[in-house]
Amino acid sequence: MTVKDFIDKLLGRQISSASTAKQRLQLVLAHDRSDLNPELLAQMRREILEVVARYVEIDLEEGDVSLETEDRMTALVANLPIRRSIQQTPEGGTL
Amino acid sequence: MSTTRTILICSGKGGVGKTTTTANLGIALARLGARTVVLDADFGLRNLDLLLGLENRIVFTAQEVLAETCRLEQALVKHKQEPNLALLPAGNPRMLEWLTPKDMKAIVSLLEEQFDYVLIDCPAGIEDGFKNAAAAAREAVVVTTPEVAAVRDADRVIGLLNTQGVTPVQLVLNRVRPKMMSIQEMLSVDDVTDILALPLLGLVFEDEQVIVSTNRGEPLTLGESSSPAAKAYNNIARRLQGEDIPLMDPSEARKGFRARVRQLMQTRLF
Repeated sequence: MTVKDFIDKLLGRQISSASTAKQRLQLVLAHDRSDLNPELLAQMRREILEVVARYVEIDLEEGDVSLETEDRMTALVANLPIRRSIQQTPEGGTL
Repeated sequence: MSTTRTILICSGKGGVGKTTTTANLGIALARLGARTVVLDADFGLRNLDLLLGLENRIVFTAQEVLAETCRLEQALVKHKQEPNLALLPAGNPRMLEWLTPKDMKAIVSLLEEQFDYVLIDCPAGIEDGFKNAAAAAREAVVVTTPEVAAVRDADRVIGLLNTQGVTPVQLVLNRVRPKMMSIQEMLSVDDVTDILALPLLGLVFEDEQVIVSTNRGEPLTLGESSSPAAKAYNNIARRLQGEDIPLMDPSEARKGFRARVRQLMQTRLF
């Protein structure tokens, strides 16, 4: 965000179209580069959450799995706040 | 090993200025004394001949050279005012399905024997036409404009060039409108280079003289034109030659109190 965007926001004016263009491009390119469509990403997010939820209790509301891209490198970034860990017995059942 | 620089001029999206860039760079390099050939790989919709004013002088194409119905020298169209520059159309628009990556490599290696620069004007798109044109390229110049569709398509092309091992890949940002950039209604130069993560080879400002010059079939770099686009293309040619020439600054032309305020407004907060 630039100074102009900030002032525009304060005054309730529309954000400059260049910023909008940049944000939209970054999002669409993250998907183009990874060849993942939003639907596949949503499915992957559900499955990741499922796996993680087997080991730790996570905050499903706060959890976020998204694509971020910088310098032509796209990364899958997961931010999953842990409430508490789930103790496991050697047999794999929960205590 | 030849020292010829074989450079693909590509963009992904059509209409962003590939052919104009190829024509102007070809002339500019030739004027700097480099033996240059421009190869029109877009033979289905070829236009490089038209921009160079050579449309009436094409007799043979690379197709006949490879079929050995003519010699390479017969197919090369020399530019009258700038004899260091030659044009070679890849093929005839009526014979659409002949060119393969192997043909492209064969014709380019013939050209590399006698030229310092081989500039390949790539067709739009990322399908077979692109793959053929890119087959023989060692380096690439990606032309784009500060518009979302052009930048997105450029990104696709850069991805393909990276997997092919073409290097370096450099960026020419075309049709820059300093006024729109200064009020942030156009993606800035930094925005585009950040997103595409490519070194910037040159900036070309939007310039009406480009239209005038294409009408005449005389690229801007041919004359002593002092128009912004002519300057930009000449600078790009010199940079390709290894000269260190500073990039134009879109805000430079508009310095003064208002421009400074505008610059302040563009300062990044976070």
